[in-house]
Amino acid sequence: MTHVYRLALAVVLLGLWFAGSRTGVLPPLFFGRPEAIAAQIVEWFRTGEIWPHLAITLTETLLAFASGTIGGVLTGLWLGLSPRTLAVLDPFIKAANAMPRVILAPIFALWFGLGMGSKIALGFTLVFFIVFFNVLQGVREVSPVVLNGARMLGASRRQLLRHVYLPAAMAWVFSSLHVSVGMAFVGAVIAEYLGSAAGVGYLILQAQGVFDVDAVFAGIAVLTACALVLDLVVTLAETRLLVWQPRADVPRDS
Amino acid sequence: MAALEFDRAVVRFGAATVLGGASLAVAPGEFVSVVGPTGCGKSTLLNLAAGLLAASDGEVRSLGRKVAGVNRQCGYLFQGESLMPWRNARDNVAAGPIFAGVSKAEARAQAEAWLDRVGLHGAGHKYPHQMSGGMRKRAQLAQTLILDPPILLMDEPFSALDVQTRLMMENELLSLWQGDGSARKTVLFITHDLEEAISLSDLVVVLSAGPATTPIAEFTINLPRPRDVAEIRHTPEFQSAHVRIWDVLRDEVLKTYRRGVTA
Repeated sequence: MTHVYRLALAVVLLGLWFAGSRTGVLPPLFFGRPEAIAAQIVEWFRTGEIWPHLAITLTETLLAFASGTIGGVLTGLWLGLSPRTLAVLDPFIKAANAMPRVILAPIFALWFGLGMGSKIALGFTLVFFIVFFNVLQGVREVSPVVLNGARMLGASRRQLLRHVYLPAAMAWVFSSLHVSVGMAFVGAVIAEYLGSAAGVGYLILQAQGVFDVDAVFAGIAVLTACALVLDLVVTLAETRLLVWQPRADVPRDS
Repeated sequence: MAALEFDRAVVRFGAATVLGGASLAVAPGEFVSVVGPTGCGKSTLLNLAAGLLAASDGEVRSLGRKVAGVNRQCGYLFQGESLMPWRNARDNVAAGPIFAGVSKAEARAQAEAWLDRVGLHGAGHKYPHQMSGGMRKRAQLAQTLILDPPILLMDEPFSALDVQTRLMMENELLSLWQGDGSARKTVLFITHDLEEAISLSDLVVVLSAGPATTPIAEFTINLPRPRDVAEIRHTPEFQSAHVRIWDVLRDEVLKTYRRGVTA
């Protein structure tokens, strides 16, 4: 039943948009026309024009996501287990996190050029801190009983890291991945938008330059669809890898 | 030589003295229970023996060796949930051998055998959150016993279980302990339940009310083994032991209680 309501809601919204653009309540110059947007998307995929741009944006997103996540996990484990180093670095980390990082995009363009490097760098800075803070929290909240249990079973420091801290932190990492995969995407598209020669962000910028609002909306629609797919992939990975976590819908024996 | 020996062990946390020069010797193969009022430092005693905590003064010897760092001669059954929630029952039990470098396949085979012995046959695939409190305790027991430690430290292991499950677990613990004729393990068992202490043990040690807790009395329990913990409670020998020990314990409990009321 939920699906029916969802579908109905989408139809109503699109219908209102369509009617609004037809009657002039929503001027097509600013709001576009749904049917023209759809036609633009079809056109992009029919001619294949979108593929190279999409491939570049997705590659940037995935590389930013992967590097940010790995960097965040490693740094989080390291600093989570070295409270003294963390105490020294704490203000620097807070400052780096508080910085409006979008503003770094021009600097990254200077450092890494207008290619994929600067986009990945921006995405990395966005993903890294989300994952890092979650891992830090995960390491801090490891149950002391589980930790002592593993120590009494003879776990070495390295084994504690691998068999206790890492899995305990992974639960926190996964809860942050939904946010960070979106952030990786934001980083890639924003950086493209601020200066690039390819990518969906670039495509949107080009369309904007010629007041082609339909193409701008079409670009946004394609990006949104991609983001939803990435989120779904994270959800699938999560249910597979976190089978050990209690879920509300699974009853327990007693 | 004592299996476990506390030699005037002192533990201070900041200004607070938890253990005040505790001396206690546990003979090899003996089942010793420690009872005392709530919060008197019973767990501290175990953590000292386990090497999870260092004595501020005095020392603890395990099979003649001074304890420094994690004591690998001990298995520790915790009061809380010590199973790794991300491992299923079988892999939790297999953890000890895997940490020791045994191959995964071999460790898992050993773990399956131990799951059978503690009554968890066929439950190896379950994660801790899918098991009942009693099943988790059984898994914890198997996880500890698989390493065959000569000394077992138990910290109110069954206190969270309902009465029936608890009696059953106590009986199973005794039969595992009496076991297959190989050398009995030395057990140091912490509880606040005097009946549990008497029905399981060879020796019951009473701790004084904190702070600066010390053992103040020892009672030998001469009840025949094997025992049934539920039935043995009705024997006159059990009753008289209970009266004698409670006579000492009551004063300590009252001291703690009064301190709690006036504080």
